[in-house]
Amino acid sequence: MSDTADRVQKIVVEHLGVESDKVTQEASFIDDLGADSLDIVELVMAFEEEFGVEIPDDAAEKITTVGDATKYIEEHKG
Amino acid sequence: MSNLMAGKRGLIMGLANDKSLAWGIAKQLAAHGAELAFTYQGEALAKRVKPLAEQLGSDFTFECDVSEMSALDRAFDTLKERWDTIDFVVHAIGFSDKNELRGKYVDTSLDNFLMTMNISAYSLVAVAQRAAKMMPSGGSIVTLTYYGAEKVIPHYNVMGVAKAALETSVQYLANDLGPQNIRVNALSAGPIKTLAASGIGDFRYILKWNELNSPLRRNVTIDDVGGSGLYLLSDLSSGVTGETHHVDAGYHVVGMKQEDAPDIALD
Repeated sequence: MSDTADRVQKIVVEHLGVESDKVTQEASFIDDLGADSLDIVELVMAFEEEFGVEIPDDAAEKITTVGDATKYIEEHKG
Repeated sequence: MSNLMAGKRGLIMGLANDKSLAWGIAKQLAAHGAELAFTYQGEALAKRVKPLAEQLGSDFTFECDVSEMSALDRAFDTLKERWDTIDFVVHAIGFSDKNELRGKYVDTSLDNFLMTMNISAYSLVAVAQRAAKMMPSGGSIVTLTYYGAEKVIPHYNVMGVAKAALETSVQYLANDLGPQNIRVNALSAGPIKTLAASGIGDFRYILKWNELNSPLRRNVTIDDVGGSGLYLLSDLSSGVTGETHHVDAGYHVVGMKQEDAPDIALD
């Protein structure tokens, strides 16, 4: 797993209080990990802080899985 | 640490998570001996507020939708069942359709104008009506506002207009409730990345601008806001009412860009 994927997984585990083996790259935040819409906003804020990236609303709306988040961050981090 | 709030109890309305300004204030109040109750709106917020309340030794949390007067009545009934009187209220509530917190104010719809005014400004009046009845020997009410009420800030739009109504309400409420020794003040905090702020367009740019151009050359934190909240809610500020107190690293006194601040562009 890449360094970004590792750090994304860690943030998701801490924030949602789920087991790390459930946080696969394919896992959907809402359907598989039990996140609500506020969790998504909070996770996006946590990713922005951790990686120093900006994730605008239109991009955030397209992030539904852990892998989507990892991919966006890899492509946009400085 | 001194016990500025020993023997005092009050209600925190509008806590969302550990980034909330209300959390900065609640932590200070609890550290100084206050007993706290918390309201939340809906299940999503309940599951966030309850563990935070617990961290501060409170199991007193209940639902309150401030846009419904009957729901407000029920919330204050719940409060009264446990506590006959209260000493303070923190009102940290505002809401607008986030699609209107970008672009231009001129495009504001009537529906969103009325809803924003109701939840972000009138709710303070509605809360003050009910809280005052539980403050027989006086009290302190604090609300949260922003500089976008005084001057135009990009994208703040209808929320700025609602905050102007809120700040003016603070003055009228302070005057009406002053004879009962109930003080009403507002904290005007500089921009802080909270759940609420995530709805505001280009917020990162606003943060950067404030950091570079405020007299203290930094942004404020929820702990800065907490300290000022403690002052306004404790007897330290016993002679202060009707005030909008800026906790913004001094940004509101600045008339133009600082010479040492670089020009910055939107990303």
